[in-house]
Amino acid sequence: MKKKAISTAVFALSIIMVLALIIGCAPTQPATTTPSSDSSYSIAIPKARFKIATTTSLYDTGLWYYLEPMFEKAKNVELDIVYAGTGAAINQGKNGNVDAVVVHDPDQEKPFVADGYGINKRSFAYNFFMIAGPASDPAGIKGLDPAAAFKKIAEGGMKDPNNIKFVSRGDGSGTHGAEKRLWADAGYIYTDIEKSGTWYAEVGQGMGPTLTMANERNAYVLCDGSTYTSYKGKLALVSLVDKPSASTLNIYNVYAISTEKVKTANVKMANEFINWLISADVQKIIGLYGVKEFGGPLFNPIIDGGCTYPACPDLTENMKPVQ
Amino acid sequence: MEELVQGFIKAFKLIISLDPQVVDITWRTLAIALSSCFIATMICLPLGSLIHFKRFPGKRVLINIIQTFYSIPTVVVGLLIFVLFSRMGPLGVFNLMYTPTIMVIGQVVLISPIVLGLVISALSGVDKGVFETAASLGASRFQATLQVITEARYAIYSAVTMGFGRAISEVGLALMVGGNIRDYTRVITTAISLETSRGDVELSIALGTILIILALVVNIILNRLQQK
Repeated sequence: MKKKAISTAVFALSIIMVLALIIGCAPTQPATTTPSSDSSYSIAIPKARFKIATTTSLYDTGLWYYLEPMFEKAKNVELDIVYAGTGAAINQGKNGNVDAVVVHDPDQEKPFVADGYGINKRSFAYNFFMIAGPASDPAGIKGLDPAAAFKKIAEGGMKDPNNIKFVSRGDGSGTHGAEKRLWADAGYIYTDIEKSGTWYAEVGQGMGPTLTMANERNAYVLCDGSTYTSYKGKLALVSLVDKPSASTLNIYNVYAISTEKVKTANVKMANEFINWLISADVQKIIGLYGVKEFGGPLFNPIIDGGCTYPACPDLTENMKPVQ
Repeated sequence: MEELVQGFIKAFKLIISLDPQVVDITWRTLAIALSSCFIATMICLPLGSLIHFKRFPGKRVLINIIQTFYSIPTVVVGLLIFVLFSRMGPLGVFNLMYTPTIMVIGQVVLISPIVLGLVISALSGVDKGVFETAASLGASRFQATLQVITEARYAIYSAVTMGFGRAISEVGLALMVGGNIRDYTRVITTAISLETSRGDVELSIALGTILIILALVVNIILNRLQQK
């Protein structure tokens, strides 16, 4: 009997605690929700929704968190951002799930444009890929050029897969594309690399999660400089190869989806979005992003004129608003 | 519509031709889910019997808590495992993140409440007389307990099947602690999630079909057992 009484008491006590929690929270809820429901009454027409698919690095750096409210306010629209690597983003655009795509893989953008899906291309930011790795640098790549570094990682990884590892995006993203080009520069056939052993791990995830995994595994990883900078505080990995070069140049492009291929695409809003991104004000805002949080800018706006490699767009052409 | 039909046809071909990638992912998925199911059962059967047969204060509350954890979100388990086992975490020395082992550990944590709770209710469903009769015929406590478990076996099979179903179908945990590494920790659910976003719908359909077939097979086996 006594035991039963105790367990009943414990049960009653926990019910009281849960109730107390609910009651404790209750007064604050009406206070915060009332004004917002009032304001939604004052808007007669619900906001239009505009969907884009964006490369994961721009999301993981927090750039979209920063730009989204500005764009929504400027154009009075609800911006919905789908997190997807370049391959997936282009796929979302082709399927008509989004109205604009933000991507960074020249090899995948070419057929996307040639097939008539991607139109009104504008470049709006750039950075450089870099190789991060464990501070002990077991493959000895520090300061090498990217192709030579990749060669050393592959040679070391095949010999000593427990100490020398590489984590690949493996998701058909722009960073994955850049990685494949670097393996080719290093003299390898990519499918051979994929099959060459446990040192090479394809994780099929976004840039942020991939960096976290490389960090856990003490592995080398190819990363865009912006995401690395924004994650630096959380990582034990250090930057080993980060000299800007033509082979590590990474340009972010935005496209509208053609209504000739996807009838439902919202080209009008997509064009407004593109023009907004390349406007001088927003270019400046992009160039300032990260200064406060990370002590330096994360992205180079294309307007800064520093993109002088052969792959860079003609600046005056690129800055003309799309019609 | 045409694309969808084509997708199904190609998916069917992938399964029929025993595409190495499909077979590989399927085996890995089965191996991980079966291992975690086996371990969870090995923990929950004795533990469940202990909770059922012992009288102690707070037993009701404990059972209530166990039942609450039936619906623990997979990503919360993922978070817990990540915090514990990441390199900075207290169990980081074992270096287990992003391995099949850690996926099994995570799934054991995930499904144990279900298996445990259902084992307890399975045992509660057995007539109290069974234990007493066995004891009066000279069986030890252990032997009498075994007798009750035998009586409750069908309900216990369902408990284990429920656990297996949850283990094989979850994706959040597998992605967070397994990391979806190709040829290593990529399982059916994480592969479907990745391949669908990449646009390889055929492979996704093939793997999805296999997942449903697996569920069917498990159900048939269970039904057979119950009919015996």
